[in-house]
Amino acid sequence: MPGAYRLQDILNRRGLTSLLAIGAVAGGATAAFAYAGGWLAPSRLQPAPIVNALEGHDGRHEGFRRAHAKGLCVVGHFDGTGQGLTLSKASLFRQATTPVIGRFSLAGGVPDAGDGRVTFHSLALKFQLPAGEQWRMAMNHVPVFPVATPQAFLDFQVATTPDPATGKPDPAKVQAYMARHPETKAFADYMAKAPLPSSFANASYNSVNAFRFTNGQGQTRLARWIFTPEAPFQELDKATLAAQPRDFLFDEVAGRLAQGPLVWHMSIILPDVGDPTDDATKPWPEDRRRVEVGTLTIDRAVTEDDGPCRDVNFDPTILPAGVAPSDDPLLAARSSVYAVGYTRRTGEPAAPSALAHDTAFPATAGRQPATMEPAQ
Amino acid sequence: MSPHTFSGAARLLHWLMAVLIIGMLFIGVGMVSTVGNSHTWLVPLHKSVGATLLVLVLIRLAVRATHRPPPLPADMPAPQKAIAHLSHIVLYALMIALPLVGWSMLSAGGYPITVWGAAHLPPLMAPDRGLYATLRHLHTYLAYALFLTVIAHLSAALMHAFLFRDGVFQSMAAWRTRR
Repeated sequence: MPGAYRLQDILNRRGLTSLLAIGAVAGGATAAFAYAGGWLAPSRLQPAPIVNALEGHDGRHEGFRRAHAKGLCVVGHFDGTGQGLTLSKASLFRQATTPVIGRFSLAGGVPDAGDGRVTFHSLALKFQLPAGEQWRMAMNHVPVFPVATPQAFLDFQVATTPDPATGKPDPAKVQAYMARHPETKAFADYMAKAPLPSSFANASYNSVNAFRFTNGQGQTRLARWIFTPEAPFQELDKATLAAQPRDFLFDEVAGRLAQGPLVWHMSIILPDVGDPTDDATKPWPEDRRRVEVGTLTIDRAVTEDDGPCRDVNFDPTILPAGVAPSDDPLLAARSSVYAVGYTRRTGEPAAPSALAHDTAFPATAGRQPATMEPAQ
Repeated sequence: MSPHTFSGAARLLHWLMAVLIIGMLFIGVGMVSTVGNSHTWLVPLHKSVGATLLVLVLIRLAVRATHRPPPLPADMPAPQKAIAHLSHIVLYALMIALPLVGWSMLSAGGYPITVWGAAHLPPLMAPDRGLYATLRHLHTYLAYALFLTVIAHLSAALMHAFLFRDGVFQSMAAWRTRR
């Protein structure tokens, strides 16, 4: 059939009406795309403002994690007891040995901050499972979190951002935030009272959020987990924190690892009816049933500059078959926010870590550079 | 004599991929702009559909190589024909590039590349932080380019249907193959 390609075929009432309609379809589709992408949805909480708030709180330190900026890589393995298979078909729980890399860190976005702070001692892990599967964890020594939602996290960061004039947060803003968030107030009170572990080695590490476990029979239940150390707990004297050397906690764990491996036992904690599984600010009672599923052995520490952990995003929603995120709103937010932070820092040149020239760690000569480590 | 419509296989692949690609573009911009719980299922879905689309575009290339597309109308002006051909080259290039850049990007970031919850694709390269960041940004820019090309393609298709009325739209929209 002959086509109507000439301008006079188109420049008539019918043609112009069609053009307008086509323009409306194209414009409408573009507007829908813009809405989906958040450009026309100003009320949607996006990950970038949360990363911006972290950078605003602690400064922007190029090449470093925006949270838990100071850390140390570790290498080890995990031996499953087989008991965990009753709860989850995750291959980590088989009676087998799984290689693991990880990272000890302290909370905060300042990469050369002193270790003498009342803050999270954290352990992140990446288990390399058969057939390309991975399980990544990012755990804290405190079983609960200061906020329950990503919006509260953002508000908390903004409220506690130091005022450039005084170098300290505005007490009125902090007070106003705390008045709206009793759960954060309760957390702050807990942190002030609770003993701080004297070492990365004698701290317990908690999943913080609940996760959904599914076993081989298809039975699903929500649970948290904890890594309990074999090293006996000792308390850090909070009164003398400020007088401690800058890197004393990292140096201390390096000294322990020079003597021999460190061991933790992983237990899955099962809630009773009514225990909250979507609110990380709420602790579960101590007497909840625990199933010991395996043993984590950390054999050695390597500075981030030479180790396999620096360029790993410890996104806690990277899970094997048999484990899935719960409805806890922090989990999706952690994944989304970490991804933005990861893209930012990997796009910046890697700077030397605070421990790069620390004599507590073996000289780097003769060790393979980080890129040659099997990070997979 | 050559047919007036695309082959049945080409039309099936076109419309199936049209739905999946438009879905992918919306999932992609949606999942990276939310901290909501949808993020936890949109990201795995995006990877799975992306891998599926890579397989589909390879099948489509094979179908195109074995089933000649109908020629554009003889009286269609040469510049329009050139634009049509160029836009299709761009569409194919982006349909191939986006999943490959996504796969490479996840490889460079050291991420597991899980497809439909079960299969794990091998990494295309060793972890490399700088390369990850570059590919991550490239993935976004290519996705915007694909969205704009899809909109241009859709607008041109509707212009063929309602302004030029030259049978080009029907060659892909027809239910049955016409000769």
